[in-house]
Amino acid sequence: MNDMTKVERDLNMSDAKIEARGVNLHYGTNHALKDVSIEIADRTVTSFIGPSGCGKSSFLRCLNRMNDTIDICRVTGQIMLDGQDINAASVDPVQLRAQIGMVFQKPNPFPKSIYDNVAYGPKIHGLAKSKADMDAIVEKALRRAAIWDEVKDRLHEPGTGLSGGQQQRLCIARAIATEPEVLLMDEPCSALDPIATAQVEELIDELRRDYAVVIVTHSMQQAARVSQKTAFFHLGHLVEFGDTGRLFTTPNDPRTESYLTGRIG
Amino acid sequence: MTDMTNRSAGKSNAEHISAGLARRHRKESILKGFGIAAISFAFLILGILLMTLVSTGYKAFTQTHLTIDVYVDPDVITRDALPRGAFDDLLENTLVEEFPDVDSSQDRRALLRIFSNGAQFTLRDRVVENPDLIGQTVSLNVPVADNFDQLNKDLISRDTPEEFRRLSDQEIAWFDALDEAGMISNPINFGLLTNADSRFPELAGLKGALVGSFWALLTCFLISFPVGIGAAIYLEEFAPKNKISDIIEVNINNLAAVPSVVFGLLALAVFIGWFGMPRSAPFVGGLTLALMTMPTIIIATRAALKSVPPSIREAAMGLGASRQQVVFQHVVPLAMPGILTGTIIGLAQALGETAPLLLIGMNAFITSAPSGPFDSATALPTQIFIWADSPERGFVSRTSAAILVLLAFLAFMNGIAIYLRQKFQRKW
Amino acid sequence: MTTFAFALLFAASVFGYAWNRQAASSLRNDGQRLHSLSGFHGLYSFLCVSIPVFVLILVWLVFQGSVIDWLVTAPIAPENYATLETGPKQLVLAEIKSIAGGRIFGTPEDWKLAAAERLIQLRTMSAWLLLAAVFALAVTQVLRARRRVDADFRARQGAERMILGLIQFCAIFAVFVTVGIVFSLTFETIKFFRMVPPLEFLFGLNWEPQIPIRADQIAGAGAFGWLPVIVGTMVITVIAILVAVPTGLLTAIYLNEFASSRARAIIKPILEILSGIPTIVYGFFAVLVVAPAMRQFGADLGIAISPNTALAAGSVMGVMLIPFISSFADDALSAVPQSLRDGALALGATRGETMLSVLFPAAIPGIVGGVLLAVSRAIGETMIVVMAAGLIANMTLNPLDSVTTVTVQIVTLLIGDTSFDNPKTLAAFALGMMLFLVTLVINIFALRIVRKYREIYD
Repeated sequence: MNDMTKVERDLNMSDAKIEARGVNLHYGTNHALKDVSIEIADRTVTSFIGPSGCGKSSFLRCLNRMNDTIDICRVTGQIMLDGQDINAASVDPVQLRAQIGMVFQKPNPFPKSIYDNVAYGPKIHGLAKSKADMDAIVEKALRRAAIWDEVKDRLHEPGTGLSGGQQQRLCIARAIATEPEVLLMDEPCSALDPIATAQVEELIDELRRDYAVVIVTHSMQQAARVSQKTAFFHLGHLVEFGDTGRLFTTPNDPRTESYLTGRIG
Repeated sequence: MTDMTNRSAGKSNAEHISAGLARRHRKESILKGFGIAAISFAFLILGILLMTLVSTGYKAFTQTHLTIDVYVDPDVITRDALPRGAFDDLLENTLVEEFPDVDSSQDRRALLRIFSNGAQFTLRDRVVENPDLIGQTVSLNVPVADNFDQLNKDLISRDTPEEFRRLSDQEIAWFDALDEAGMISNPINFGLLTNADSRFPELAGLKGALVGSFWALLTCFLISFPVGIGAAIYLEEFAPKNKISDIIEVNINNLAAVPSVVFGLLALAVFIGWFGMPRSAPFVGGLTLALMTMPTIIIATRAALKSVPPSIREAAMGLGASRQQVVFQHVVPLAMPGILTGTIIGLAQALGETAPLLLIGMNAFITSAPSGPFDSATALPTQIFIWADSPERGFVSRTSAAILVLLAFLAFMNGIAIYLRQKFQRKW
Repeated sequence: MTTFAFALLFAASVFGYAWNRQAASSLRNDGQRLHSLSGFHGLYSFLCVSIPVFVLILVWLVFQGSVIDWLVTAPIAPENYATLETGPKQLVLAEIKSIAGGRIFGTPEDWKLAAAERLIQLRTMSAWLLLAAVFALAVTQVLRARRRVDADFRARQGAERMILGLIQFCAIFAVFVTVGIVFSLTFETIKFFRMVPPLEFLFGLNWEPQIPIRADQIAGAGAFGWLPVIVGTMVITVIAILVAVPTGLLTAIYLNEFASSRARAIIKPILEILSGIPTIVYGFFAVLVVAPAMRQFGADLGIAISPNTALAAGSVMGVMLIPFISSFADDALSAVPQSLRDGALALGATRGETMLSVLFPAAIPGIVGGVLLAVSRAIGETMIVVMAAGLIANMTLNPLDSVTTVTVQIVTLLIGDTSFDNPKTLAAFALGMMLFLVTLVINIFALRIVRKYREIYD
């Protein structure tokens, strides 16, 4: 809790979508996250920054319980989504992940057609009542991911045939097709060229209107560009969390300052 | 698209999703159940297989023996014609003394059939070796004939009506009388390993097959090991990347998948037909097995060489070692555990291989162990084939026992391979 | 004598090594700068001696038998030997050899005794000649290698060139094996097609390879149409694949997605036991347990099942192939990148859905390659069918009937005495040729699919 003392108190508690308290994470004997507490607001872009290996991606994966798939991984502490503990025995990770979408570092379209990629989520969750319904869901998701115009004529070609930037936007479309409430993005632009990055960043800003977006990034500029809140992680600690503008201009913690000025990381 | 519509869509979705959850998890459990069922099926069959082998085979690890004192009658056996003496008459007389009421010559012959056919030869060999035994009483401990062995092991049921039984009531009565007299014993059957093949199950053993397999495997090893390693080293370390190397590579991969019986045809046509090598010889068998084992060794050796990190090569190269010095003094020694593991596994496969050996005649009926790799012989798997094909009931348990012996050898070899792998496995 | 020749080879090589090494060392002790270390001079000599002498011994051993046979039989009056058929020729030769070996049965003709006498003489002569040749060659090579010892002589390069040649030969040897297979099969198959027209073989509906023992026998004229044999092979293969593929795939799916690492560590080695069991053991198992059980089961239901039904042989073969398929499928599934698995799970797919709708389809090419290799194995598998399938070629698709397979026919036609001039023996080679071609095509195809698949995700 020591690191949290400087966290701004001006967060509107009622607006917190996700609330984490005292999260610790171990990979085998490696203590990867140390007592992390944070509140993530709805309809806001929150970015996690920090040097590589600081635990920011691990923490992101705690939020939709993707760490469950790793045998040696152990999570303690409390993570609440809309006031409900996501690690409770009654919570089905399958349902949780339908509520919390995720986009990965490297675009990972399934080796299926563009249409089937986007339709996959709605299909497994049984969200479409008819073929027309499904077509509408797919179109809506692709439009919101700002890729519809580029792919509408080749929906049945393999998604792996698209360019890197298009693939990543396809993955975003795939994630939002299930209408999640939170969207987690793990360095979504690290494998993309600058133009594609700009497109995706623009998209993230769009998505903020409907979702709570959490983005892990290794680029401080990106965090500054897209996010309203920023959290700085270092060696498994959440060092500082606050409004992006404030954190980048007047950091409270010397470690944050060192990182921002390039002395660590 | 307003905020409100999206949010409400999200809420109704959540309900929708949770409604389908139970069904989806049930589907997953079914898939999981099928997986467990598949594995259980495989394990079950393996279990039945091993159980059957053990339950039929263990009886062949003991052999019913008859211990009896034989008076070597100088009237029947004379010194001049020792090897051709009527030792069967001697045995017959001895048994008739036990059962004085047997008098018809037919019954007397039937009585003699309690002995294994080999009993008279055992007796003969002892007397020939030491002619002074003539006129003395010799204590003889010999196998009983197969049917009586089976009776003693409860494989022939006394409850079966006589006409369906391979032993008459009279024969069973004789046997029981001998048993009561304490003359029947059931010691461990060393003959299974020390005797050569025989038409009589109670005398048949695996010595010829073991020796034959030994020579064949030795030949196989001496050829496939150096040639396989040489080829692998060349392909992995020296071969230029060109069309010829590609052809050799594809060729080796395909060779590894050629049916074994085709290698038998090759051996029959080339080694025996054209080169005039002897049929049924373990040497030819080993040669054939070597051709089959070579691709396995090449593939394993290449994998082992590949796993040696380039840094080792670069380090040695940087000290001015020639390419061959690098390979033979650094890379190959480091890859040796992997190479040996692959070789042993290849040899274990070769030991169990049957079809090519059948084609080159290693299923001959040979009653003595080969004295060298060019003598006619059988091998363990072909011996199993011969016994499995024999009509005598006693060969069923012998076959199972032979298979258990073969499996023991395979387990031993694979055990060594696993030990090598674990002991010398290096994480780079 | 051969042992002696090898001993000579060894001694000469070691002597050459020591001599050259010593010579090079003394050059260095005299103050000269050697190009190569003295050990390499020794190695150079060792290789110079051992390689040619070894080749000489091998060639001699391979050809001496045929040459001696020819020399022994050449002087025999033509009516006694040269004009005979192959079979009787072999008998005569065998008798001569056994006489020479001191095992005389009855009273052989004089010309046989004379031939045996010649055989003994020739054998002795050959042995001495071999020794003389080995000795001469070894001495020449030792001297030649010794003469080259010199401060400037590049012994290391010389030795390394020979070693490279040696291992190059090893690699090419594998190609020789394939060439040998193709050549020998083609050769005998052409002989077969001179006696039986290819069309009859390829399209004939009867397979009755019995050859009349006497010319006037009506019983078996011999029919060589391979269709019923290949149909039988397919029936058994299909049964085996039907057993192995679902079981193997489900096993792989469970191991890959659901099993804990502890369970995997136990299950995988046990499955490996299944694949390490020799096929003859499976054959015995089929005869001893499976076939009688099926027969009993059929009898209980009132269905007549033949004792060597295709179902028994095929299903046991299927069990043998389970570990083969499961390990192939497991590898293929593991090769699918983790990112795809994560992608599906993050969308809220259950593990089962991830497996069935994402991982499995992505792994299909690799799995298909494995299944094809399994098919090729099933077609070429010999011992299970030799023991458990039938001998009579029935043209039927009924799995409860007895059918025969290509491999069964090859083995039954060639077991026992064989001579290379009757269609019965040669038919086995024709079948072998077809077997080789079919499996080769499947293998090449399958290996290519597997390789392509690996490239996608590497």
